[in-house]
Amino acid sequence: MSNTNPLLDVSGLTKHFPIKGGFPIRRTVGAVQAVDGLDFQVAEGESLGLVGESGCGKSTTGRLITRLLEPTGGKITYRGQDITHAGRKGLAPIRSEIQMIFQDPYASLNPRQTVGKIISGPMEINDINPEGGREKRVRELLEIVGLNPEHFNRFPHEFSGGQRQRIGVARALALEPKLIVADEPVSALDVSIQAQVVNLLQKVQRELGIAFVFIAHDLAIVRHFSQRVAVMYLGKIVEIADREDLYGNPRHPYTRALLSAVPEATVDAEPRERIRLAGDVPSPINPPTGCRFRTRCWKATEKCATEAPTLVQVEGNKPGHLTACHYPETADTVPAPRLAKDPEAAA
Amino acid sequence: MLRFLIRRTLGAAVILLIISALVFVLFYAAPRDPARIACGKVCTPETLALVKKNLGIDHSLPVQYWDWLKGLFVGRDYTSFGHCDAPCLGYSFQNREPVLATIEDRFPTTLSLALGSSVVFLIFGVGTGMLAAVKQGKALDKIASSASLIASSMQIFVIGVLATYLFVDQLHLLDRANYTPFTEDPGKWFTGLLVPWLVLSLIFTANYTRMTRSQMVESLSEDFVRTARAKGLSRRTVFFRFAWRGAMGPIITIFGLDLGQLLGGAIITEYTFSLQGIGALSVKAVSTNDLPVLLGVVLVAAAAIVIFNIIVDAVYALVDPRVRLA
Amino acid sequence: MSTPFLSLRDLKVHFSTEDGVVKAVDGLSFDLEKGKTLGIVGESGSGKSVTNMAILGLHDPRNTTMDGEILLDGKELIHASESELEKLRGNKMSMIFQDALASLSPYHTIGAQIAETYRKHTGVSKKEARARAIEMLRRVGIPQPDIRVDDYPHQFSGGMRQRAMIAMALVCDPELLIADEPTTALDVTVQAQIMDLLKDLQQEFGTAIIFITHDLGVIADIADDVLVMYGGRCVERGTKKQVLSAPDHPYTLGLLNSMPSLDGAVDVPLSPIPGSPPSLLNPPSGCRFHPRCGFTEKVTGGLCSTERPALEVAEGRGSACHLTADQKRDLFADFAATRHN
Repeated sequence: MSNTNPLLDVSGLTKHFPIKGGFPIRRTVGAVQAVDGLDFQVAEGESLGLVGESGCGKSTTGRLITRLLEPTGGKITYRGQDITHAGRKGLAPIRSEIQMIFQDPYASLNPRQTVGKIISGPMEINDINPEGGREKRVRELLEIVGLNPEHFNRFPHEFSGGQRQRIGVARALALEPKLIVADEPVSALDVSIQAQVVNLLQKVQRELGIAFVFIAHDLAIVRHFSQRVAVMYLGKIVEIADREDLYGNPRHPYTRALLSAVPEATVDAEPRERIRLAGDVPSPINPPTGCRFRTRCWKATEKCATEAPTLVQVEGNKPGHLTACHYPETADTVPAPRLAKDPEAAA
Repeated sequence: MLRFLIRRTLGAAVILLIISALVFVLFYAAPRDPARIACGKVCTPETLALVKKNLGIDHSLPVQYWDWLKGLFVGRDYTSFGHCDAPCLGYSFQNREPVLATIEDRFPTTLSLALGSSVVFLIFGVGTGMLAAVKQGKALDKIASSASLIASSMQIFVIGVLATYLFVDQLHLLDRANYTPFTEDPGKWFTGLLVPWLVLSLIFTANYTRMTRSQMVESLSEDFVRTARAKGLSRRTVFFRFAWRGAMGPIITIFGLDLGQLLGGAIITEYTFSLQGIGALSVKAVSTNDLPVLLGVVLVAAAAIVIFNIIVDAVYALVDPRVRLA
Repeated sequence: MSTPFLSLRDLKVHFSTEDGVVKAVDGLSFDLEKGKTLGIVGESGSGKSVTNMAILGLHDPRNTTMDGEILLDGKELIHASESELEKLRGNKMSMIFQDALASLSPYHTIGAQIAETYRKHTGVSKKEARARAIEMLRRVGIPQPDIRVDDYPHQFSGGMRQRAMIAMALVCDPELLIADEPTTALDVTVQAQIMDLLKDLQQEFGTAIIFITHDLGVIADIADDVLVMYGGRCVERGTKKQVLSAPDHPYTLGLLNSMPSLDGAVDVPLSPIPGSPPSLLNPPSGCRFHPRCGFTEKVTGGLCSTERPALEVAEGRGSACHLTADQKRDLFADFAATRHN
């Protein structure tokens, strides 16, 4: 955090998807506020976890960073260079340094290409000829991700889900990237396979010094993989901190509720804290005023409806631990055990 | 719904305008000059100019198009034919008949052909397709699939001639194709069109069989169909109330487009059975450089397709509540 | 122990495919009492969903052969006729699925779908069935049920759709509810709501629940007893506490070890199970887990790859493994140490 020159610096990042409508001529009548004013940095070799429930904007964020989507506002700086609205040419040198790993190991690999072709694809596109030729590099990469280097001539359907995800990792590594955006890289895999891929990514991160933006909904896996974690809700970061602080001392009510809702595979003697949020996440088309979490929060007051809390180091936080809440939690506050709030009335 | 109709009707009008303008341009891009043809063998520049004036083609292209458009909405005055009431589609270059009257005369034939064959192919095509879906993998399914493959690779003029030879000439089972207006004699209307209906619908039947089967098979594997079974509903209920509901949408879409196209004239069928419909009219208009007639039939055909497109979208929204009209 | 409400004896479900016979379930037995929840854990291809589709008789008879016994309240189901099964489905036993959006008909209103089930099994009037549908929606916590009853599934949020699914499954007060990964597609906060709801409803109605999941955390929250499946067979069963705190099979142990926790060490790699789940077209010989098992050389005579280990159950507790109890005590000791730090 104290790093003066972060690898990736995102400020005020916003993405609104227009909604068409109106009569008689269709025009933009509203916007899905998928991502709304994000600020965060990723240091070299660091892993930042993005967690949140569906519709919180974490995947959109990943696509904005890799510039698969055009931001509506804000600024993305990569190694000091503004890439917010960079075109094809402006992005060309950066494309090889920022890579992406996708969720679905079945849909993200071209079924008609051999594994060798898939992995060497990025090298061909960027006209990169590694020493000893591309095939040698492909074999190396297969070795790194734990696949048999002799299998470069096989097709994706000859591999299992976990192996396919390894191929995806190899493809992302082909250009020796500095930053990998991994969007739910293990959530489509079987439990026994997830750990294999998490270990592989961790090995890659440590040995090759690659920074990660690790997007996932599984809080335990994010904790295991990321040194810093940002919790998102309805397009905003509500809390960001080092993992020990975030999981050990959550200050935002949503973070606390989210952590308490994770079912753990232990039969504890003492039951864990249980906070049950009522209702569903509101629509990002028409998000609540002020604090976006207020409609499901047990602490919400008038202030929360009128004033949007900013992401700051609230009292009691360690440096780098930022929380966007008017009434941050403390370890001894006992939240209401269950909320009887009617989500319809609140919305 | 009303908004949808208004928006789509406006859109349709724009499409028709563009299409008619295109026909205009393409027509004049063709090397043959209709005035010269009408002028005859001995043609002085004076008579040519007169012919052009009589035909209403003595102005520049945009002016002519504007005149034609105006005729459509407010009527038009011709030097040789006098006043032509709106909607005026002009007069044929060939036989000097008003185009609108010609189309009105031909359209019932095409309409009868289209509607009759639709009924046949919907009943047989969709019916066979559903049966094949129920009996998936069994003999009936295999027979239906191969038969439809063979049928859809046939050509209308071949089957048409064969059917006429076999059923009309040899076996005397059916009447020779001819058109009698329904209002005149419904019985003759039916028997006269039966052979064209069956022949025209054969290929469609084959296509609808295959489409219905694949839609039903897909629909039957949907999760909500499994849920319906898990609720204790019988196979029959699940088949008709759930699976069929899911298969219906795509079938309606294709049917709307097919019907629109058929109303623009089934050229080969009309030609094969010497029926005087819109299709035969358009062939003749093209081969004789008869611009007013050509514009008229193109407009009718395009309007039929555009209108059925709108109807399809509206019906789809009724079938599938997830579709919102906008 | 009272007579079990549901009892499976050596169930086999085999599918014939173009590539050969898929032995999706290969000799499965268990009992379930009324008011209890059995959690079935397994990965893709473990046969957990196939088993439950078999209980409802929903497999396509054209390519499925079933063998063994399924006894529901003393009635044998494998050889029951289609019309007998139709009377039971949705009535005495019902099922909820993972993807509620795909599992509800997009063409019918939520209310109509619930009412339809009720009318089918009780024959009441449309008006009564509708009132019952509204009542059920209220019970599962849908706000303004008298209005939402006329909504279509796509107008509901993900959590509400799953609630509606539950309302539909419970409309006839079934004695057995099979829940096939009902919370997997949901966010954690909504998952917590749905599991609370299921627990409440079970208390109220005394329904027996089979809860299928791949998530051991969910099992810890909801199940009384646990059955772990691998490659179409049961590898371990016992109470939730027994299975999660003192696993008795290398696969269960491996699953528990491979999962990161919210308070475990972060600087050590996870301990995954090597390899991939087996193909059921060509399953491994002997113990189906043996190609991925780290303890095979401890078993004398190479039994793991040649002989199927028997599942010996005493008082609901047992596992199918060739390791002796003493060996397991030694080999699994590390686990106990790390789990209860």
